Amino acid sequence: MIEEVGTTTEGDLIINVGPQHPSTHGVLHLVITLNGETVKNVEPRLGYIHRSIEKMCESLTYRQFIYVTSRMDYLSSHINNQACALVVEKALKIEVPERAQAIRVLMAELTRMASHLLWWGALGMDVGAFTPFFHAFRERELINDIMEETCGTRLTMNYMVPGGVMADLHPDFQKKVKEFITMFKSKIDEYDTLVTGNIIFQNRMKGVGYISGEDALSYGCTGPVLRASGVKCDIRKLAPYDGYDKLQFEEVIETGGDSYARYLVRMRELKQSLSIIEQLLDNIPEGDFQAKTKAVLKPPKGEFYTRVETARGELGVYVISEGGLTPYRIKFRSPGFSNLSALHHMTKGSKIGDLVATMGTLDLVIPDIDR
Amino acid sequence: MGPDNTIDTHTAPDAAPFPGTVVPTPGGGILVTALDDVLNWARLNSLWPLVFGTSCCAIEMMSTASAKYDWSRFGFEVARASPRQADVIIIAGTIVNKMAPVLKRLYDQMPEPKYVIAMGACATSGGPFFYNTYSVVKGADHVIPVDVYIAGCPPRPEALIHAMITLQEKIRSGGTREKITIEDIKR
Repeated sequence: MIEEVGTTTEGDLIINVGPQHPSTHGVLHLVITLNGETVKNVEPRLGYIHRSIEKMCESLTYRQFIYVTSRMDYLSSHINNQACALVVEKALKIEVPERAQAIRVLMAELTRMASHLLWWGALGMDVGAFTPFFHAFRERELINDIMEETCGTRLTMNYMVPGGVMADLHPDFQKKVKEFITMFKSKIDEYDTLVTGNIIFQNRMKGVGYISGEDALSYGCTGPVLRASGVKCDIRKLAPYDGYDKLQFEEVIETGGDSYARYLVRMRELKQSLSIIEQLLDNIPEGDFQAKTKAVLKPPKGEFYTRVETARGELGVYVISEGGLTPYRIKFRSPGFSNLSALHHMTKGSKIGDLVATMGTLDLVIPDIDR
Repeated sequence: MGPDNTIDTHTAPDAAPFPGTVVPTPGGGILVTALDDVLNWARLNSLWPLVFGTSCCAIEMMSTASAKYDWSRFGFEVARASPRQADVIIIAGTIVNKMAPVLKRLYDQMPEPKYVIAMGACATSGGPFFYNTYSVVKGADHVIPVDVYIAGCPPRPEALIHAMITLQEKIRSGGTREKITIEDIKR
């Protein structure tokens, strides 16, 4: 039981972390109950960046609401847009041209790499190393440049539209991506030398923040967090969308269940994303980048649900349509929310110093949790 | 050397030249300046920002700190996690109703003189969340006073650097709210 003053009735210390704290990656508020150095309870308090996106979507048309979702999980904004475009296409039964699908997958995988790179740099800072941040951002800037050429922005792209993508690829796209791939391949081993093989880093990660596959599943964890506990959950494999079924890639599974396993899953996913990009890059089909759609989209009455694999896990978009111009209700099932709920289970009984490192491996994006 | 045999430091090829005139005299020189200018000059060259990012703009702020844009070229690199050590707060992201009291408290905790940059459309006006929302503060200037606004959703790193330089210019010209008074110097 928590009292207003800094101790519980049992004499345990209560610490507030956040909402302004550098390691919470945003404005998350954690109320931590401590017995000495041991964490007894972690209670996340949300809402410091609740922007009422779901309510906003109810007053925006089926073309407009996609743009708001870029701001939700801004590190995988392409994939958020893709999920929303997919649900509108499903409702209206729009066939997406093959070229558009290929562009979408290319962009989604580039986004995933950019997101994982940023996570890698931020995790380094969480465990007290500053160098990975600069290494990660050096490569991430190249991806941002590629995005900027084709989509016009660096972060919130708004590139996916119902029926395909907004514009065709920039003529230099393939050349730039090839340059990036060559550059990145020479750097990824550097990451392993710098961080993965570092004995201090391994001691901070191995055996810390353990969660079993069963528990992770019952908390609703998805993405790298669940895959690190040995459960297959990659939506790109389970329910392929936008032509992922035609691509050869491996679903990364680790069985450790600890922070180190979650780290390894994301590092290996970087290589998988790279291989997907390599497969598609020279085989982008010719054709339209956007299907012919009506100017005003009016999905029929009904309920529609799609799910995609973002860099953090499973993003579900649930739309109830009344047949009008705007959706009646939209619900986003965001991966970060469920992953955060498992934080208490992972850190209970561990030391306070490991809490930040464990939270770093969850790869939280707070606007995605609060929406 | 100026035309009247003085060194005009304003023409020196320095980003933030020393505000004053050196009159050479035998055995040294006399520095003629205003105390306000010297204090402002000292402040503008080492602005320590507070690590305050609520949403997307925080990522662009991180990009600005990273190697490609490198805001340490202008003296902003000492990003502080505690408001008590910070000079400038960059509001990077949306401020919602629940966060507004926290932002006010952070601002109050910062020592004088303090400066505020509203980064991005959300912090400027509510941005994309202006209409149809019930929880977003329509501009951070409803909560704390703002010195420099940046447009963009999110702004590019260059825009943030430009805003920081604008803030420097503002401090140099004495245009900020925390203008030093005689009472401050006496204290």
